[in-house]
Amino acid sequence: MRNTISILVASEPGELSRIVGLFSARGYNIETMSVGKTLEPNWSRATIVTDGDERTIEQIVKQCARLARVREVRAVTSDPHIEREMALIDVSARAGDERQEVMSLVNIFRAKVVDISHERMILEMSGTRDKVDTFIEMLKPLKVNEVTRSGCVAINRLSPFDRSENEIANAAEV
Amino acid sequence: MRNAVQIAETETVPHALPQAPRGAEILVRGLIKNGVDTIFGLPGGAVLHIYDEIWRFRDEITHYLVRHEQGAVHAAEGYARATGKVGVALVTSGPGATNAVTGIADAYMDSIPLVVITGQVPSAMIGTDAFQEVDTFGVTLPIVKHSYLVRDVRDLEAVIDEAFVIAASGKPGPVVIDVPKDITAQICENPRKFRADILFEEITAPVDPRSIDIVVDKLLSAKQPVFYVGGGIVTSDAAYELLDVAELLKIPVTPTLMGLGGFPTAHSLSLGMLGMHGTYAANMAVSESDLLFAVGVRFDDRVTGKLATFAPNAEIVHIDIDPSNIGKNKRPHFSIVADAKSVLDAIVSKLESTDKSKLNASHKLREAWWQKINEWRDSFPLVCEQSENEIKPQMLIEELHRITNGEAIIVTDVGQHQMWAAQFYPFKYSRQWITSGGLGTMGFGLPAALGAQLARPDKQVVAVVGDGGFQMTNQEIITAVQYGIPLKVIIMNNGYLGMVRQWQEMFYDRAYSEVDLSVSPDFVKLAEAYGALGLRAEKPGELASILKQGLDYPGATIIDVVVSKEENVFPIIPAGQDARNMILK
Repeated sequence: MRNTISILVASEPGELSRIVGLFSARGYNIETMSVGKTLEPNWSRATIVTDGDERTIEQIVKQCARLARVREVRAVTSDPHIEREMALIDVSARAGDERQEVMSLVNIFRAKVVDISHERMILEMSGTRDKVDTFIEMLKPLKVNEVTRSGCVAINRLSPFDRSENEIANAAEV
Repeated sequence: MRNAVQIAETETVPHALPQAPRGAEILVRGLIKNGVDTIFGLPGGAVLHIYDEIWRFRDEITHYLVRHEQGAVHAAEGYARATGKVGVALVTSGPGATNAVTGIADAYMDSIPLVVITGQVPSAMIGTDAFQEVDTFGVTLPIVKHSYLVRDVRDLEAVIDEAFVIAASGKPGPVVIDVPKDITAQICENPRKFRADILFEEITAPVDPRSIDIVVDKLLSAKQPVFYVGGGIVTSDAAYELLDVAELLKIPVTPTLMGLGGFPTAHSLSLGMLGMHGTYAANMAVSESDLLFAVGVRFDDRVTGKLATFAPNAEIVHIDIDPSNIGKNKRPHFSIVADAKSVLDAIVSKLESTDKSKLNASHKLREAWWQKINEWRDSFPLVCEQSENEIKPQMLIEELHRITNGEAIIVTDVGQHQMWAAQFYPFKYSRQWITSGGLGTMGFGLPAALGAQLARPDKQVVAVVGDGGFQMTNQEIITAVQYGIPLKVIIMNNGYLGMVRQWQEMFYDRAYSEVDLSVSPDFVKLAEAYGALGLRAEKPGELASILKQGLDYPGATIIDVVVSKEENVFPIIPAGQDARNMILK
């Protein structure tokens, strides 16, 4: 089962490697990891997407919580939440049909063109992981040269309603 | 090369000290402030400034010079295990730190509070593959409770203070402080504190009285309950509370290897040790229990064997200070995350205010259970092998027990001798038993005994080691001789890596692959070469007198006891199996 874990950790040298080391030492998988500053300048939030059964996730949360410089660990996925991932995609898009095809996909997925040359375009795309996956899949016939993905960031919902992620995404976007 | 001082000096050391202290002085004063009067270590280039201060403060802090850094950390562990205080080791950078790794890992596995200070190359040289540089922070990352690489001398005092809090609090563990050489030379005018939001705080939530009510009800109504208790009892100093609870309820108690001493072995409620080499009665009782009351344990594989069939019919109540231990291996039905002492104390209070008639009714519920337990005890007690011609290992432990009146602190290495000592030396008090449980470190015993003897000069401390493990750290005999420490080492010498040989005999068709230690040094002469007393016992008839002679001698003594070669530790539950597969003979 795929799970997103959110860890509030002091922004000190070595603390991130302690978390990453814990994952490898205990045999947990890191699918994606993204880290950034929070409102408090000395604290970072690491969002880690991992997989494992309920018991593994419980252990990951507890093990991370033992670290001296970790203040909070949450399994975001166990409550209603919003997840986003960003991707930068270098795709072949020669003037003409090819470029038109790319542009129509960009419109459908509400992506952005952030760079262009005679031969290629760089697209920026953000959304749920599934949406990013689908976008890249749709571009593949046009030859995707390179993809960089940010890994997931996540936050729990304000509203108590357990609306499914896709429902909201569909309503607001594609 | 170890002690060669080839590290480029970026700082000059002012010997006439100015008003403000340099890092090294802050460090040593920090140790003293935190109650340290004994440290173990071995100097080198990166810690020269620190050793200069160790020299200056030699009246306030006694440094014991070991001969290998592994010995320093094990000695610090022995010191900590014998007292509950934080043990301290000081080593240099590079190989000094890597040699310390085994001891740090050992302390991590057994939750022993340590502060290990490692020298590091000067800050500006970190990452340049400098002489004696190793990424100590990285190397020790998975085996520490916490660690620091000190980057600013202003933080040093706060680091030392916090390290002692972290090492000793909650579930204790080792803390590594890596200190670059330039930091120890820098003058510090204005030390700074950690920001309040970062500073580690021990959070001890009070025990919820409703939880206590629930577990007391469970205990009172259980027909076939067992207390399964571990190192947490020793760490939290909860032996008396445990004794009270067990006696009030008349419930049997089985300690794990790490829990030995936490409950008196000879007590009528004691079932003896649980697990792979535990007693028949203890393992059967857990197998058939209806309530497994687990306190300060982690459901380790050497205790549980096959998890699925461990205590299959029991409702499991798990009390532990570390939330991650709850449900890690075996999911309990009810759990309390708290210090063992506080929970047991609350249970005692609750039981003391319980109606006597209710307690009596509770005892009555368990009459049939005790009958069953006594049958198990009688049918397969631990058997001390006897012989007229050769010394059986079990006889050695029983003799040691007799001669020391059961009062000695027993320190062991790892292997067969460890299990026989666990089985045949009945322990009376907490911290009487010092062993490498989780990591299973051969070579632990001798240096750990050294540290334990320094910590407890009022007690006789005896290291029982095998002929294999002895040869891994025997260099520390000279440390004992140098400081006049009455280190007592009994080598249970069977000429084999005995436990491995036993497994090869039982599970590998007697293919004795690389376990033969019959070519060994003469341990008596070796002891004499170190300036210690060396003795040897080969016949049962001389065992008692030689043990007595060795233990009475005022200085370091090595007693080589030649025991029967191919004795096996029984009972044994083969790895990954359950109590029903126990091999008794």
